[in-house]
Amino acid sequence: MGPRTGAAGADGMANDTGPQGTGGVTIDPHTLPGEFVTLAVEAPLDLDSGARLGPINVAYTTHGTLNADKSNAILICHALTGDQFVCGTHPITKRPGWWDTTVGPGKPLDPDRYFLICPNLLGGCMGTTGPSETNPATGKPWGLDFPVITIGDMVNVQKLLVDHLGIGQLFSVVGGSMGGMQVLDWAARFPERVFSVMPIATALRTSAQNIAHHEVGRQAVMADPDWCGGRYQEEGKRPHRGLAVARMGAHITYLSETALTRRFGRSLQARDRVTYGFEADFQVESYLRHQGITFVDRFDANSYLYITRAMDYFDMVEEHGGVATEIFAGTNVRFGVISFTSDWMFPTAENREIVKALNGVGANVSFVEIETDHGHDSFLMDVADYHRVIRGFLEGAAELRGEAGP
Amino acid sequence: MSTEYGNDTPGGPGGPGGGAGFKKRIRVDQQLIADLVPAGARVLDVGCGDGALLYHLSHFKGADARGIEINRARVAACLNQGLSVIQGDAEVELRDYPTGSFDCVVLSQTIQAVGDPKGTLETLLRIGNRAVVSITNGGYWRNRVRFALGGRVPFPDDPGESWYDTANIHPCTIRDFVGLADEMGIKIEKCFAVRASGATREVYPWSAAANLFAVQAVFVLGWRSAPSEAG
Repeated sequence: MGPRTGAAGADGMANDTGPQGTGGVTIDPHTLPGEFVTLAVEAPLDLDSGARLGPINVAYTTHGTLNADKSNAILICHALTGDQFVCGTHPITKRPGWWDTTVGPGKPLDPDRYFLICPNLLGGCMGTTGPSETNPATGKPWGLDFPVITIGDMVNVQKLLVDHLGIGQLFSVVGGSMGGMQVLDWAARFPERVFSVMPIATALRTSAQNIAHHEVGRQAVMADPDWCGGRYQEEGKRPHRGLAVARMGAHITYLSETALTRRFGRSLQARDRVTYGFEADFQVESYLRHQGITFVDRFDANSYLYITRAMDYFDMVEEHGGVATEIFAGTNVRFGVISFTSDWMFPTAENREIVKALNGVGANVSFVEIETDHGHDSFLMDVADYHRVIRGFLEGAAELRGEAGP
Repeated sequence: MSTEYGNDTPGGPGGPGGGAGFKKRIRVDQQLIADLVPAGARVLDVGCGDGALLYHLSHFKGADARGIEINRARVAACLNQGLSVIQGDAEVELRDYPTGSFDCVVLSQTIQAVGDPKGTLETLLRIGNRAVVSITNGGYWRNRVRFALGGRVPFPDDPGESWYDTANIHPCTIRDFVGLADEMGIKIEKCFAVRASGATREVYPWSAAANLFAVQAVFVLGWRSAPSEAG
């Protein structure tokens, strides 16, 4: 089976009932462990859409200890369906956190050395302000009244959190996929606040193919009658079927044909022959249904709509007049860009566009394409070469910054 | 300064460099290059391999040293040492750098492996104010003997290589290279010959003795006069 992802990986084959599952468990994120803070209290945040939002709650976790000169802080940006529970046991799924392979004592992002901050992003559903939270103006869940947000808005909220923690310059900002977009936005707009960044398996802009996949997911959610035009919370329902289908479709884009073939091939699920029906005859079907079912237990359907939309709108090149080299002009930030050979969601060519934009302004950039056949999910996995590169990059950056480190 | 090659002096031209213990880490031509790079310079090492020169430059010369390397495993090895290296094809990646990005661009034992040595040289001197280029000398006497008496095209880098699998698709002698530089309007500011023993000496670029006795040569290049467009 090879290395496993954290929360994204399969822990076994599902039952055979299809993707509808249990209907999901309504969780109150405010009862979860971790930290909570309310930001943008005095002045609401100006969103890219023109709307204003505030106060904003942020749920986050920290790991390790901030050193005396506050020079060992690393911000970890999670991807589309991640959350603040980056390592250890996830309080809801009871499985390892989404980046447990990489974050933890003795691992590349080591809390014994660094002070790691992982916030749930704006629009999320694990305690940070998002569409499932209560709209203070109405006392009801936001639903579709929640303003459409962007990657830049998410980063602005993260910056408020970093300000709140009293950290002037982050030693590094690290993240993969949509997390990598936040990383790039940090480097582009707040270069003086970051010493180094690691954008992993990401891009300067969301491709048409990825927008297309997102749209299929959103349509699946909205086609579920239990979505109720976005007001399912008030109706006491959850569009778990639609969200599960969205997850199933998206999950395929995180893998690779090689990985699917190796893991499942055409193997049948607990039967000797096909049934000439529409049960999950194949293991790969059963696996995907399981992915869908477990996802709805921990994720909110409207959050899925908002966050995929934020990703669709992400286009740093367009923001800089169509000139990619303008994005990081004059930057002193040290960049470590990583891609994976089998990633077809954020292929190496798109990661190379980042490198090209950086080379065009003589920025300090390292880039390596790691050879794996696990597809986009490779960035979550325990791949020795990949982890060595993360360690090496951070150690090189620490050396450059003149820190011995603990 | 002697323009004759033959009476080797120990040490080489560069002064103390990184000290004897570190000299073992890098090849003779790399040590020569390291000695030629001013302290604190912005340097790009094109085809940086496992990063030995980069490591030396950044740790012992205080250089802002970057690298390009096409081999994935070697890039990973560089990054593991905390070096700034980009995985990519030099001929493609170099185009992206703005003019005058570096004080010095190093192309060590690579010019003979690129598809377009002439275009590459032009690019090196566009993005760098100086270029330091090292070559394997096809004119070394053993190569001449192999060709003249053996009747086989010599591959001095690796005797195990054959004409059909060598990476050095553009073999040349010191004289060939000097001729190209001359034709392109490139000024050879310095030329060093490296002998099989590892001894190095600054020589006159057209020196027949150097072309006969040197296994490698290292050139410091600049434009003869500031080019109108490329500059």
